[in-house]
Amino acid sequence: MRAWPVVKSFLPFLIGAPLFWVFGEWLPGAWNLIFLTVFVNIVLAVSLNVVNGFTGQFSLGHAGFMAVGAYTAAKITQSMEGVQLSFLPAYASDHVVFALALAASMATAALAGLLVGLPSLRLRGDYLAIVTLGFGEIIRSIIENMKALGQATGLSGLPPRTTMTWAGLCALGTIVMARRLATSTQGRALFAIRDDEVAAEAMGVDTTGYKVRAFVISSAFAGLGGALVAHAIMLCTPKMFTFVRSIEVVIMIVLGGLGSITGSVVAAVVLTVGLESLREFQSFRMVAYAFLLIVLMLTRPQGLFGTHELWDLRIFKKRRAPAPAGAKEAP
Amino acid sequence: MTEFLQHLANGLSVGSIYALIALGYTMVYGVLKLINFAHGDVYMVGAFAGFYLAQVAGIGVYGVEASGGAQLLHAILVTLGAMAICGLLGYTIERFAYRPLRHRARLTSLITAIGVSLLLEYGFQLKPWITSPIEFPPGPTFRVFPTLVERVPLEGAERAVGVSLSNLDVYGLLVAVILMVVLQWIVYRTKFGTAMRAVSFDWQTAGLMGIPVNRVISWTFVLGSALAAAAGIIQATSRPKIEPLFGLMPGLKAFVAAVLGGIGSVPGAMVGGLVLGLAEEYVAGYTDSSYRDAIAFSVLILVLLVRPSGLFGRVTQEKV
Repeated sequence: MRAWPVVKSFLPFLIGAPLFWVFGEWLPGAWNLIFLTVFVNIVLAVSLNVVNGFTGQFSLGHAGFMAVGAYTAAKITQSMEGVQLSFLPAYASDHVVFALALAASMATAALAGLLVGLPSLRLRGDYLAIVTLGFGEIIRSIIENMKALGQATGLSGLPPRTTMTWAGLCALGTIVMARRLATSTQGRALFAIRDDEVAAEAMGVDTTGYKVRAFVISSAFAGLGGALVAHAIMLCTPKMFTFVRSIEVVIMIVLGGLGSITGSVVAAVVLTVGLESLREFQSFRMVAYAFLLIVLMLTRPQGLFGTHELWDLRIFKKRRAPAPAGAKEAP
Repeated sequence: MTEFLQHLANGLSVGSIYALIALGYTMVYGVLKLINFAHGDVYMVGAFAGFYLAQVAGIGVYGVEASGGAQLLHAILVTLGAMAICGLLGYTIERFAYRPLRHRARLTSLITAIGVSLLLEYGFQLKPWITSPIEFPPGPTFRVFPTLVERVPLEGAERAVGVSLSNLDVYGLLVAVILMVVLQWIVYRTKFGTAMRAVSFDWQTAGLMGIPVNRVISWTFVLGSALAAAAGIIQATSRPKIEPLFGLMPGLKAFVAAVLGGIGSVPGAMVGGLVLGLAEEYVAGYTDSSYRDAIAFSVLILVLLVRPSGLFGRVTQEKV
């Protein structure tokens, strides 16, 4: 039965795809964009958590990688608009092109992540935060000056390719990636770096290598998120990818708990739906974010879940056998 | 040559603003090892404090037509008032946002600092709910800073070397230099300055030696915030458009200046600010000015890669 592991690894997507499709069809039109945003925010939050939560590095440049991905995908879908792949029916052709665009956006964002990560991950803590912020702004500044990318007005009139199924599958893919990363050898190295970098290095963990790898993975998925956003609102401007966008994602993962995948998901859903439904109080939105952040840091700096997952909570734990004595809790 | 000198003048004027803000970053980093993200917004609040003080006192466009000497006196009073207000703000931020977190992980304080920064930026963008005697908060649109001192172009400089300067540039630079000299004196010649340097060297030992660590840290915030307020007023008198987000970029760039000079070092911040201002002016002046914002960050990345301790910083060794 060698086929089973392969099927098993695709199982979430095979089950997820029809569910997301039904969800998209069932959802009233007004909520459509909100839930697309929820899924995109899940992609962004979970991917940022790989760097900020798992590895313990503090990146503030997520929006820059989103921009790279968004512009790559936008350029591809724009130039392939009206082109139909001859061996496919019209409907499928569009989706194949979009899939390729998403893959390309991940690739370019990963490349950008590598270029940014290699020099800056030698730095630590708050320095890294500032440098990634600086790189994010540099990326935006370069895009604003490029004629091919429409400068400050950006690219508009993109085809609306981000369906609920696509967004949902991408969110699911990000979660599966993060979970599998966390339970792998790679993940253990990342946690070691987070807990004590010097000790990890002394134990032979190639800290810089692992940090760069985590950063590249994270930026690839940020690019994916950016591409989804651009094709959901059919627009791609440098204004969408400012420093404030990075901060929003940081707030999500801090609220959910740095290092907790389910925490990020819950925070992304709660914050997006909550704040979108309070649209009349738009101007209070960022003030509320700021307050939330400060109060959270003062009262519960580890976030809602800390580094735990949803299923680590006590209500779910009751039915399980108690952990053997002396065993440390899995991060 | 003329162009060169003009860029020099502009660079010094921008650089002195960066230097004043950078001093606040570097002092706070020195004592707390915290990047006070909200510092750029304190600079913004400084400009708005001046704006409101002038409005309440009826100075500038709001009434009193004053002669040259009286104008200067008013300007000085407004500046001192704004410095006091920002000093209080700095104290409040430290007391209620940073002090409770001092013993926690450094990242916690950093996130809180980002929160305070957002709170000031977006709090000031809300619609005004106080309307008399002032409209507060100012809302997201531009406000025009009152003319505290009449702009008089210096024709001598124009005729002699072809550089267009005004009295405001000269006053700005003068005020900046005076403040820096005063700060230098405070840090290196007074008892408080000695205490501050002791705290920045090792705050636990300093506490054991009987130095009131909490008070020293509070006063450091007050000093840094007051300098930022002065920078805000200088900036706003020569370029009078102010809005709640205008502290964001200068704040980040001043941080770059502090890192360039060696964070934690007071003379470093001054030099770093001036160097960054000049670099920005020259690069933007001779090439494409739309890359202006990217220059500062490129400088930052270059410094951190080549010489992370900055121009004047101590090289710190990693200990296990």
